[in-house]
Amino acid sequence: MNELVRLNAVSLTLNRKTLLQGVSLRVVKGEIVTLIGPNGAGKTSLVKLVCGLLAPTSGQVVQAPGLRVGYVPQRLAFDANLPIRVLSFLRLANSRNLEVQQAMERLQITDLAHSLLHALSGGELQRVLLARAFLRKPQLLILDEPAQGVDINGQLELYQTIASLRDELDCGVLMVSHDLHWVMAKTDTVYCLNRHICCQGAPELVSQHPEYLQLFGQNAPAIAIYTHHHDHEHNLHGDVVPNTQHSCGHEHGLHGDAAPHHDHGHNCHHDHSQDHESKTGSQPHA
Amino acid sequence: MPDFLLNAILAGSALALISGPLGSFVVWRRMAYFGDTLAHASLLGVALGLFLQVNPWFAVMVGSALLGTLLVLLQKQKKLANDTLLGILSHGTLAAGLVCVSQMADQRLDLFSFLLGDLLTATRQEAITMSITSLALLALLKFAWRPWLRIALDEDLARAEGVRVDAWQLLFMLMLALVIALAMKVVGILLITALLIIPAAAARQFSQGPGVMAMAAGAIGIVAVNAGLGASYLWDTPAGPSAVLVAVVVFAVGLGFRRGE
Repeated sequence: MNELVRLNAVSLTLNRKTLLQGVSLRVVKGEIVTLIGPNGAGKTSLVKLVCGLLAPTSGQVVQAPGLRVGYVPQRLAFDANLPIRVLSFLRLANSRNLEVQQAMERLQITDLAHSLLHALSGGELQRVLLARAFLRKPQLLILDEPAQGVDINGQLELYQTIASLRDELDCGVLMVSHDLHWVMAKTDTVYCLNRHICCQGAPELVSQHPEYLQLFGQNAPAIAIYTHHHDHEHNLHGDVVPNTQHSCGHEHGLHGDAAPHHDHGHNCHHDHSQDHESKTGSQPHA
Repeated sequence: MPDFLLNAILAGSALALISGPLGSFVVWRRMAYFGDTLAHASLLGVALGLFLQVNPWFAVMVGSALLGTLLVLLQKQKKLANDTLLGILSHGTLAAGLVCVSQMADQRLDLFSFLLGDLLTATRQEAITMSITSLALLALLKFAWRPWLRIALDEDLARAEGVRVDAWQLLFMLMLALVIALAMKVVGILLITALLIIPAAAARQFSQGPGVMAMAAGAIGIVAVNAGLGASYLWDTPAGPSAVLVAVVVFAVGLGFRRGE
């Protein structure tokens, strides 16, 4: 089985506040799972549960035995009085010099090797953190709002890098994202979270779900749905292909005609039976 | 050179050698106030030691190790994360310690030496014990270096990557307790935190890497302690406070240096 992590009816209560209730979720190998939801929906808590940083109040978090997790936190919480260069920071994750060099080349941060960590911009720091996760050769890559503090141009590049890392490492990806465009374009499974899971499934289906429309009512009309084929020509562990060659044929569908047509090439086990109402095309509440 | 001065130099330098690198971690982890709380509470440990007729250094060590562990546990509950509570504990325990020691009539004369240190009365035996302890702790710090550094950079990231954060935290607490017990002799309870954080903060101005900073902090500490002892010998100033003053001067000079970067 290629299941990397599974949450069974997980609830989390901290200081008498219910942060998550009855959340079930799973990530399989090669799949990109995105968590969306409003502020305070418990997205970060959920990520921390999956990483083992928090223990569930009830329910189970089951990691595949010996799972290697690459975690990319929102930001680093370290004091500016701790001077450390990017190279030394990366070596803390993996002391093999050659691998560190390769990771820096892969994430295009070779120029930053001797920069101090606290002097980096948001986008640079995210790439360094990605390199650190990459160095661990993770089977599951977990990212908490990786695009936060990254400028618009950098965001697209960052998301593309994440997608290509998935192909290269053949790992599962679990990420929190606010960027609905990206979610719709590149994600295999979306979980829409608001303390509980409102809806889940392929992006095309979730985007029509009434609860989704209720949560993202203001933004939802602006979204063009990018249906996508999983026909990337992956060049495995090989040359770095410029982002422009990414062969993901976008078909810019509109809201109405979301005929979900993507090939499930990546072991995507979307549970379409869960998407009950969405298929009947309920009217948006927005 | 008089024998007592040699002992003082040996004991003081030995302490600075470990308090600089360990203090760097205190600075990186923003635990200065935490260290203060432990240090102030150590007077209560002294009183307890005198009361139970055990070695006061030993009592302080055990006392601050227990308190430190308790604080870490409470902070994990996220109920005691704020400065106010640490402040209450810090000054509450100091006041309790002062009251307790004052009630032990025959020990009253020692109070000042506990508060401000009495490095110049260090015996050869004490100097040798401190040197050996300091070197052993330095070796332990070297061993804990990577995991501690990873925790200082980001506790969650370290934990997610499989670092056994709680065990390493406990080791840090124990070492801090031991160094505080040693530092009590050198600079006294009131200034223990100073010897931990000021050399580290001063070293920060000149350093571009954590290892360099930790070593520079040790070196600055040694310079400060020896200069303080010199001042004490020449002008009869109290040795501990003089050493702290020298460290502050190095820090101030460093500020100018950094601005010029």
